[in-house]
Amino acid sequence: MIPELGQLALILALLLSALQCVLPIVGAWRDNRPLMATARSLAVGQFVFVAIAFGILTCAFLVQDFSVAYVAQNSNLQLPWWYRFPAVWGAHEGSLLLWVFILDVWTLAVAALGGKLPERFHARVLGVLGFIAFGFLLFSLTTSNPFARVIPAPPDGADLNPVLQDPGLIMHPPVLYMGYVGFSVAFAFAIAALLGGELKSHWVRWSRPWTNVAWGFLSAGIVAGSWWAYSELGWGGWWFWDPVENASFMPWLVGAALIHAQAVTDKRGGLRAWTLLLAIFAFSLSLLGTFLVRSGVLTSVHSFAADPKRGVFILGFLAAVVGGSLLLYALRAPKVAGGKPFALASRETLILIGNLMLTVAAATVLLGTLYPLVGEALNIGRISVGAPYFGFLFMLLMTPLVLALPFAPLSRWGKADLALWKRAALRIVGLSLLAGIIGWMLGARGFLPLLGVTAATYVLSGTAIYAIKRWKEAPRGKRYPLELFGMLCAHVGVGVFIAGAILTRSLSIEQDVALSPGQTAHVGAYDFKFDGVAETQGPNWLAQQGTVEVSKNGETIVTLHPQKRTYPRGQVQTEASIHPGVFRDLYVSLGDPLGNGNWALRVYDKPFVRWIWAGGLLMMLGGFCAAADKRFRLRREAAETETSAVPVRAIEQNA
Amino acid sequence: MNPVRKRRLIVVSLIMLAVGVAAALTVFALQQNMTYLYSPSEVEAGHAPMHARFRLGGVVKEGSIHRVPGTLTTDFTVTDRFHDMRVQYTGILPDLFREGQSVITTGRMQNGQFNASEVLAKHDETYMPKEVADAIAKAKAAGRAGTRDRGPGTGTGVANSHGSDGSEQ
Repeated sequence: MIPELGQLALILALLLSALQCVLPIVGAWRDNRPLMATARSLAVGQFVFVAIAFGILTCAFLVQDFSVAYVAQNSNLQLPWWYRFPAVWGAHEGSLLLWVFILDVWTLAVAALGGKLPERFHARVLGVLGFIAFGFLLFSLTTSNPFARVIPAPPDGADLNPVLQDPGLIMHPPVLYMGYVGFSVAFAFAIAALLGGELKSHWVRWSRPWTNVAWGFLSAGIVAGSWWAYSELGWGGWWFWDPVENASFMPWLVGAALIHAQAVTDKRGGLRAWTLLLAIFAFSLSLLGTFLVRSGVLTSVHSFAADPKRGVFILGFLAAVVGGSLLLYALRAPKVAGGKPFALASRETLILIGNLMLTVAAATVLLGTLYPLVGEALNIGRISVGAPYFGFLFMLLMTPLVLALPFAPLSRWGKADLALWKRAALRIVGLSLLAGIIGWMLGARGFLPLLGVTAATYVLSGTAIYAIKRWKEAPRGKRYPLELFGMLCAHVGVGVFIAGAILTRSLSIEQDVALSPGQTAHVGAYDFKFDGVAETQGPNWLAQQGTVEVSKNGETIVTLHPQKRTYPRGQVQTEASIHPGVFRDLYVSLGDPLGNGNWALRVYDKPFVRWIWAGGLLMMLGGFCAAADKRFRLRREAAETETSAVPVRAIEQNA
Repeated sequence: MNPVRKRRLIVVSLIMLAVGVAAALTVFALQQNMTYLYSPSEVEAGHAPMHARFRLGGVVKEGSIHRVPGTLTTDFTVTDRFHDMRVQYTGILPDLFREGQSVITTGRMQNGQFNASEVLAKHDETYMPKEVADAIAKAKAAGRAGTRDRGPGTGTGVANSHGSDGSEQ
């Protein structure tokens, strides 16, 4: 009975979302205040019903109601209760429900916090969000109902894929979706602005904190996914250019461009049309990502078994959203051009370079991801595009961005200040070379390690020089407003990430070795002594657990216990054992038994690998800090005088 | 030139430059890193490149896995149930690598056998990658048209491979 209530709640939410997408927009169009006012209550109602549905599905997992097909497929009696939460979004139907639920969290936030926005604008934003929710609820109910029953109920369920039974998975999808779906808010703001024909660009300031928060969440989600792949998949890598990783990375790249374009539009009025276009692209890429993951057209770690009906539905929805918004853009955007002129050597130019590189990078990732599909459609053959394609182009495209990055904050809006550039360039290049020499003396030999050290120092010293300049020039108390602090944070994150990515790549030592008990493998400066394998047991698995003693110069550092787990249905899952450190990770995972107590072992020495995720988390923090700036807090008076939101006056003008 | 025009010229030329460079490099990088997937039957028929890297997809033949003792080298046979291809791989095999399981291996031909540098098996053990399923279907179609001498047994061979996938649950 209860699962049927969940389904009923979803149907009610669908009806409310249909109203939410029609009534407020018609209200804004006809200038009808009561109609516009329905937006908030409809959004709240829709949230409540989706939350009920989500709660009921979670309950079904907690009490293990195997009469629900989705629960039966993704859980069983031995599954520990803490993994029953991530099991809710461990497969297609539930993750779609999570998508809608998070969209409703964002919608609720816009409804609650956007009360000071002009009425018509607010109504339009909520209407657009209602349209997106309608599409996804319809998708969920028609093609992937999470509450479908299986009668008679099986006595026990199948299992949650063991790869997903990891603490990382509890965090990764919800946080990633917060980012992914969060771009729908920036999208809704842009569409509302286009619908209303906003000639001024105030809407950009209103949407900036939303974009920053969404991008921050997306950064955190990607970091969580990367960390999960590193610790769980047992390959020791942190990024594989897998189609689904790319699907989350493309909106991130465009989102980063959007944050900077919005800053230019907000402060200088320039790049208005470009900002609109980026907001549309960021969300379109989120939808495309959902399509790629959920339709199963691409084979990857994440794709669940394919159902063509689902693919067709998302593709249709994608076409409607992207096509519709681009058409609207083509009709309305030519009117919104404008902004102050800027000199060649100004901050605008540098930000534009960064924007171009980020969007071109997103385009090349898109091409590489979709190329196999194109190849198949054109009958060229079954092609796969290797990781080196992505790595090579990405490095190349990010070089100009990294070179420009420290100079953008140091430059002035609109005007060239070549003397300032020259002074800063001397210091930055000097410090980078110095860091290179120190790195060389510390043992970083070879082109790549030195590149990593100098490039990271280049970004970090440039950011530090700007922070010092600010300290000297700005009056006390106004030195680092949160928006600026967020920018510094994110830029430091870029520097830390560069150091981590390049140093890990160039200094890692990875070896597959065959060892018998008591034998030692020498990897880099470390000795890995294999002490054999014993049986051990967990809540729902049996495991072969190896014991590996790691020492350096005869001193024991740590004893690692990599496992090879066997789950109830016979699935095997490798659990790497990692000794984490600020400067290096030591990583051991079990391969296959080779007979006579001998085992294949995968042994890694991974310097600076944590810096990659530290960099990503700093970028996340940057996004959150910038969003909290008081500049972005809405003041009713300011908002109202800018547009025709005062209803009486608006009607008079229209009449 | 007035400032607006000048700015437009700068913007347009920057975009053109970026697009041009990106297009050229992208084509280059794509050509360098594209690998095609072939089934053992296609390799047998000489469709696969003899000296370049390619991907070989199929099912690990039952009873074909052989380890060279004391080393990480494994020999196994990848089959599409019509033709077999001997594969050699040195390193640690994925968790889901086992007999009757579909795999995709990347490598090149050497002395009549496939020398793999990477072996991928799916994370979901009930799932056969679309590429492999297609390759087997294609080999099946070619097998019906070409090698009549193998007779009706061929069809059941494919069915068996699906069956053994399923029976592992």
